[in-house]
Formats: sequence, structure tokens, C-alpha cells
Amino acid sequence: MTNPMAPAIYLRSAVALAGRFPVLAGVDLDLDEGSVCVVLGANGAGKTSLLRLLAGLVPLASGEGAVLDCSLPGQARDLRQHVGLLGHDVGLYDDLRPAENLRFVLKASRLDPGLSDDALARVGITGRTASTPLGQLSAGQRRRVGLALLLARRPRLWLLDEPHASLDEPTRDLVSELTEEAARGGATVVATSHEPDLAIPMADTVVTMSGGIIATRAPGGRRGDRGWSDVA
Amino acid sequence: MWRDAVLIAGRDLRIEARSRVALWQVLPFAVLTLLLFAFALGPRPGLLAQSAPGLFWLAVLFSSVLAAQRSMAIEGSGATRDSVRLLGLDPAGVFLGKVLALLAEMVALEAVLLGGVVLLFHVTVTSWGVLIGACLLAAVGLCTANVLYGSLAGEARMRATLLPVLVLPVVAPVLIAGSKAFSASVAPGSGSGARWLGILVVFAVVYSAMGVALYGPLEES
Repeated sequence: MTNPMAPAIYLRSAVALAGRFPVLAGVDLDLDEGSVCVVLGANGAGKTSLLRLLAGLVPLASGEGAVLDCSLPGQARDLRQHVGLLGHDVGLYDDLRPAENLRFVLKASRLDPGLSDDALARVGITGRTASTPLGQLSAGQRRRVGLALLLARRPRLWLLDEPHASLDEPTRDLVSELTEEAARGGATVVATSHEPDLAIPMADTVVTMSGGIIATRAPGGRRGDRGWSDVA
Repeated sequence: MWRDAVLIAGRDLRIEARSRVALWQVLPFAVLTLLLFAFALGPRPGLLAQSAPGLFWLAVLFSSVLAAQRSMAIEGSGATRDSVRLLGLDPAGVFLGKVLALLAEMVALEAVLLGGVVLLFHVTVTSWGVLIGACLLAAVGLCTANVLYGSLAGEARMRATLLPVLVLPVVAPVLIAGSKAFSASVAPGSGSGARWLGILVVFAVVYSAMGVALYGPLEES
């Protein structure tokens, strides 16, 4: 499936609709494999919709799109199993313990359920926390479980919706650390953020969205201090 | 497909074992429904026994909607539905898995209600084979219809009110055939139950096939 010459993400005039409303109104975006892109923008600018389009969860209504060599919208279902999406709601089951949640997802993904223990330990979910139902954990702990899920699944595309929001400093550092590790391992990362101070240093590319389009694009702070003065 | 079905059924049953919603909410609701029917009819053993088949199936129908609401609420949030879609599971397997888990709950619920009917409504069953067959077939039909329409009803805020409106009219054949099969099993002179079991088989097969074919497109939409 991998074409070494093709970008990991290719969007041209991409339009996505919520009902009849164009939540994405002509997005152009190219990202190479192993790169980190941070998406800034006000609420309602289309950041989360962009992530959902890249995950194959929202159909491409018009324009061209290919993600990880899967053309959109035709191969969206093939794409999804290579994508990890971490949103405000981690999308797991409140009545199950963190390890049970991870084991279910890993089994469903045809991966070794034993990977869950190492991943949870890596994000600091151990001991009593690991044996507590997810619904009784704090928002930050739930986010850590979501990160553990990404670690265990090792998707080729990480989509993070405001990954630093509502987290304490150690967890924010962990998010940045794991993102960098994923990119160094060859995964492509797209993260939305309202916290440029935290997000821009971890990015190769910083884009700002407004009204469902990408308004500006600038280099980020990853791999050297290249600045991002073009970003509005 | 079956591998995914077993995985999903295991997950749903594990969540039920933890939350015990079916045990502490759906089952009491079903028993209460039966009790209230008995109170409404009063202490008239003849009338109670005569009404038992229809009232039993009404209690089963209402309880099945409640159990299905809970089953579909497992993927209640958009994020949970998205995360299942990102796993690359066969939608037909997801449908069958949810049906299997719901079926296990419904069969247990029918067993309790059947005991309640025998005790409260003074019913004497003469043909257990017909009655048990009707209960199993009806449970398959009700579970498949509920999961299919539960998916159609979509997000949680709409599902609570929309699901009963969608499901109850279409499961009328189960109510009629189930009641007739029940009557045949308690009063041998009231006709053969085989014909009614046949209707329940057709209903279960049709809704199973529809669910396998349509669950994926419905979830995508």
C-alpha cells in the first residue's frame, strides 16, 4: 500500500459537509510521512472536521484527497485501521478498566492484547488506577489511557484533537514526548491546538484554519528554530 | 465476521456484567409490567389465564426496547462510535455481536417472565416445546429488529424516544405469532403452534438478513 513518493496526506480543494453546511470549504494540504503538523484556529474554524476527514470518518464531498495512499472517499474504510484519533472524549468504555479497554481494541485490531500492559505502564497508568473502571478516572488519566491506546496500536497516522487541553504539566510533556517519538518512528501526526506555545515547538508545519480553509502555513519549531512568523 | 461478532458480544456482556443495568433496571421493569397487568385485571383466575399470552409478550416487547436502548448506549457517544469505526471491524460482525449479547439478556428475561406468568396468571403449560421455541425465535426477531432500528435511531438524545416509535409497530408480527404460539402451548385445542412458529422463523430470518446487509451503511450515515 505504501508509495514512497506519495505524501502521507494530500488534499486539494477538499470540501466536507455537515448536513448542507461546508465544514471544510476547500482545504489544500500536503504532509510527508513522519512529519508533525499543528493546526491552529478559532472554534468552528474546521480543525476537528479536518481531523475527521483525514481519519476517513467524514466523506469528502468534492475535491481530491488521499491519505496514506488511500483515496478519499472510496478507500476510507481501508484507511481507518491505520489511523489513531485522540479527541476530547477518548471513545472508550466507562464500565471497563483501562487494560480491558486496550485489550478489546488490540484484539479488534488483530494485534497482541499483551501490548496493553507496557503501553499503560509507559503513560503511568499502573496499580490501582489500572484496575479502576475508566469512568471513575479523571479527565487527565483518561487522556493518558487514550495515549496508551495510540502507543499500543502504533497507527501510521496520529490525529490529536487539542492533545494538551486540560492536562497537568507532566502529562503535557508526555504528550509532546510521545508525539515526537511517533514521528521519529515514521508516523505522521496532525494535532489541533489552542495553545501555540506548547504545540508549535513540536511541529514541522503549522497551519491556521479559518472558515473551513487553511489560511496560512508556516514552518514549526521541530528540528531547529525556524520560527513561525507567517502564522497569523 | 463471526470473530468480530464474538468479540463485540463479549465486550457488551462484560460491560453488562459490570454495570448490571439489565439486572437492576430492565428486569425489574419487566416484572413490574407483568405485576401491573395482573393488578389491572384483578383477581379473576380465568381472565388472567386467558390474557396471559398477550400480556407476557407485551412485557417482553417493552422490555426488549429498554434492553436495546442500553445495548446501543454502549456506543452512545459519537467518539465511541468513531473509535469502533476506526477498528476496521466487519459491520455485519458488529451487528451480530450486539444481537448475540442482547439475545443472552432477552432469553434470561423471558425465562423470568415465564416463571412470573405461570405463578401470577395461573397458567398451565402443556406443550413446553412450542413455548420455548416461540420464546427463542421471538427473542432473535426482537433483538435483530431492535439493534437494526437502534442504529437507525442514531445518537443517544434521539434514540430514547425514537426507538420505541420505530420498533414497536414493526414487531407486531412477533406479538401476534408469539401470543398464538403461547396459547397453543397452554391449550392444546387452540390449534397447532407450528404455523405461528413458522412466522417467527420468517421474521427472525428477514431481520437478521436485513441487519447484516444494512447495519454498515446505517452506521456510516
